Amino acid sequence: MVRREVVGAHYGLRDWLAQRITAVVMVIYTLLLVLALAIAPAVDFLHWSTLWKMPVMRYATVLFLLCVYYHAWIGVRDIVMDYVKDAGLRLTLYVIVIGALVCYAVWSIQILWGF
Amino acid sequence: MTKPRPKHLNLLQIRLPLPGVISIMHRVFGAALFLAIPLLLYAMQSSLESPASFDALKNALAHPLAKLFLLGLAWAYLHHFCAGLRYLALDLDYGTDLAPARASAKAVVAVSLGLTLLFGVWIW
Repeated sequence: MVRREVVGAHYGLRDWLAQRITAVVMVIYTLLLVLALAIAPAVDFLHWSTLWKMPVMRYATVLFLLCVYYHAWIGVRDIVMDYVKDAGLRLTLYVIVIGALVCYAVWSIQILWGF
Repeated sequence: MTKPRPKHLNLLQIRLPLPGVISIMHRVFGAALFLAIPLLLYAMQSSLESPASFDALKNALAHPLAKLFLLGLAWAYLHHFCAGLRYLALDLDYGTDLAPARASAKAVVAVSLGLTLLFGVWIW
């Protein structure tokens, strides 16, 4: 008789850790953004666009958004895994979610550097 | 021998304790936030494109229904934020006993609702 140990696909720990690291990045960004807006309220278009033209805002925000998208992927995938039993439908949903998130990432960079 | 265990798979019969309630809210709000991403990106784009699109967005968001939507979104974000911080603490073995876990669940509800109220006051 062959003794087989049941093991997982091994991406569990990596995703578990990634979910927490991205969460910490988002917490820090959120607090700093609220602080920045409290110190210098962007009352009109000129103030607002000047704020977002600062390189530190662009890079911090793109880092934040990439964390959002990776975090969203793990979260939505876990929800789909829990409730969608049909493998074909599950795969379809994964593809749609990944496709949407990749589009959002490209769009984010266009927004941040395109004005 | 298998013991007969009570099964309450009927959602209306399940009585979740508060940590369970905020856990399922964390999930539901997380999904809602995912669905809101394109709207928020569109708003961000409009706010930066030109003075005209900035003003158009400002006018659109002045509508009471838009404000209500923003308030709901803020609650989702703030709840997910606070509950997430609680999970990070639990992962580090802080507050894993029953009493502190229940107390921190209460704190998550109170703080996220309080901050949402603050946000509501700010936008109105």
